[in-house]
Amino acid sequence: MSDRLAIGIDRIKCDGHGVCADLVPEMIELDDWGYPIIRAGAIPPSVLPHARRAVSGCPTLALRLQRVAARR
Amino acid sequence: MSIALLAGPPGGQGMESLSSHQQRLGALPAVPPALIDSIERSNLRGKGGAGFPVAIKWRSVASQPGGAPVVLANGGEGEPLSRKDRMLMEQRPHLVIDGAMLAAGAVGADEIVLYVGADHVGAIQAMHRAMTERTASERARLRLVSAPVRYVSGEETAAVHFINDGIALPTSIPPRPFEHGIDGRPTLVQNVETLAAVALIARFGDDWYRSLGTGNASGTTLVTVGGAVPQTVLIEIPQGMALADAVNAAGGITSDCDAVLLGGYFGGWVESSTAWGLPLDADALRQLGYSLGCGVVAVLPAGRCGVVETARILAYLAHESARQCGPCTFGLRAISAAAGRVAALTPTPGDLEHIQRWAGVLAGRGACRHPDGAAGLVASALRVFAAEFQLHEHDRRCSVASLAVAAS
Ligand SMILES: Cc1cc2nc3c(=O)[nH]c(=O)nc-3n(C[C@H](O)[C@H](O)[C@H](O)COP(=O)(O)O)c2cc1C
Ligand code: SF4
Ligand code: SF4
Repeated sequence: MSDRLAIGIDRIKCDGHGVCADLVPEMIELDDWGYPIIRAGAIPPSVLPHARRAVSGCPTLALRLQRVAARR
Repeated sequence: MSIALLAGPPGGQGMESLSSHQQRLGALPAVPPALIDSIERSNLRGKGGAGFPVAIKWRSVASQPGGAPVVLANGGEGEPLSRKDRMLMEQRPHLVIDGAMLAAGAVGADEIVLYVGADHVGAIQAMHRAMTERTASERARLRLVSAPVRYVSGEETAAVHFINDGIALPTSIPPRPFEHGIDGRPTLVQNVETLAAVALIARFGDDWYRSLGTGNASGTTLVTVGGAVPQTVLIEIPQGMALADAVNAAGGITSDCDAVLLGGYFGGWVESSTAWGLPLDADALRQLGYSLGCGVVAVLPAGRCGVVETARILAYLAHESARQCGPCTFGLRAISAAAGRVAALTPTPGDLEHIQRWAGVLAGRGACRHPDGAAGLVASALRVFAAEFQLHEHDRRCSVASLAVAAS
């Protein structure tokens, strides 16, 4: 069984550049101050490539993919 | 009312000496082999605010790789409305130390850090004196650390960060302290009241502890009752006692009252009509959508406006943000500013709507749960003081202030 993945974020690293919301709008929108609001739960398989691009595109390396079950 | 943690000499006498403590309760028992199971049956929950089951945390720490664990006894008590941790440490430091020793034994820790808010001078003195009364080998395992006076200092990653690097700011998780804490070792962070309860459960058993509660609730809990009561007091109650009974035990209300702040700045407002009947039991309250938090019951006195009080608390919480995470830094600042304008009867269009929307997107969006607490408080205020918020925003009037004017 493949692991279900979600987007995790290091809130201290995130500088609110907003690149992520452009790269994976299916999972991330920005709040009034430009910081990401990430949809909870697993990333749909069709969106996974976008999510990977957002993770590698974040200029502060704040994003990661993590197993859904690992979230607490 | 003193039934377990505070049983023994009256609080006014100050710190209980080791000899009195041991005469009353017996010496520190050897760590019972099945202490964790007993703690689990006791249903003991963390008393620092989050109410996490203690036994689950101990098992996670005990089974971590990464060297001998450390126990961090959290006596930071940054919550402005709470007194329980500092008073417990002032009066029963040996109970806290016993509990920390037992926890250390159960999880295999060889070092204990007693982390006490620097402004709790009496507590620091009592803990220090209690340490000097202990045997040399016990003392060698104990370290007393004063915590910077700041709301977030008591957050568990901030406490670990301060002890490691002298910086009392939260760090990103993972790793959590139970995985990677003091000196990189697995660290059990436990509130001092939680540990004091352990000291009694290990001596008298989980059946005894459970039986102290009311109904299904287990054990006792320390409650700071303040606001419209004769004076702010610490009481120990059977868990599950009705809120009204706790307020009466604190001397009863001194004025009419429309609302109670339950759980402190991280808790929420409750209409008094509902509040009086609520059971002060962490589990039951959670199921009802409330929070016991760190055991604060603050009765809003007649003549005080809930909107104004909420704005004041939000200003404090915004100021106390560690300003490391955008949503917490900017979100709390914006909510606080808008609430401040509404409270001062100088709202700008959309303030109330903004407060509502912003509060809805804050939870879970910081490295620590600071913004979650603020968001919960705002949501409860908007519910309980809905009419008053409307009056402030639309009519630029405060019914309480106008009453005060009418009365003068
Ligand atoms: C902003 C913030 C401040 C906190 N301050 C305290 C504190 O002063 N004392 C405390 O025991 N827990 C505090 N906590 C909770 C701790 O992070 C931790 O959950 C607790 O010490 C664990 O002990 P317990 O399970 O026995 O409650 C705080 C949490 C947050 C988010
Ligand atoms: S791209 Fe990275 S730094 Fe920018 S908002 Fe997204 S997570 Fe934050
Ligand atoms: S959520 Fe707020 S208080 Fe917590 S670490 Fe981030 S900025 Fe600091």
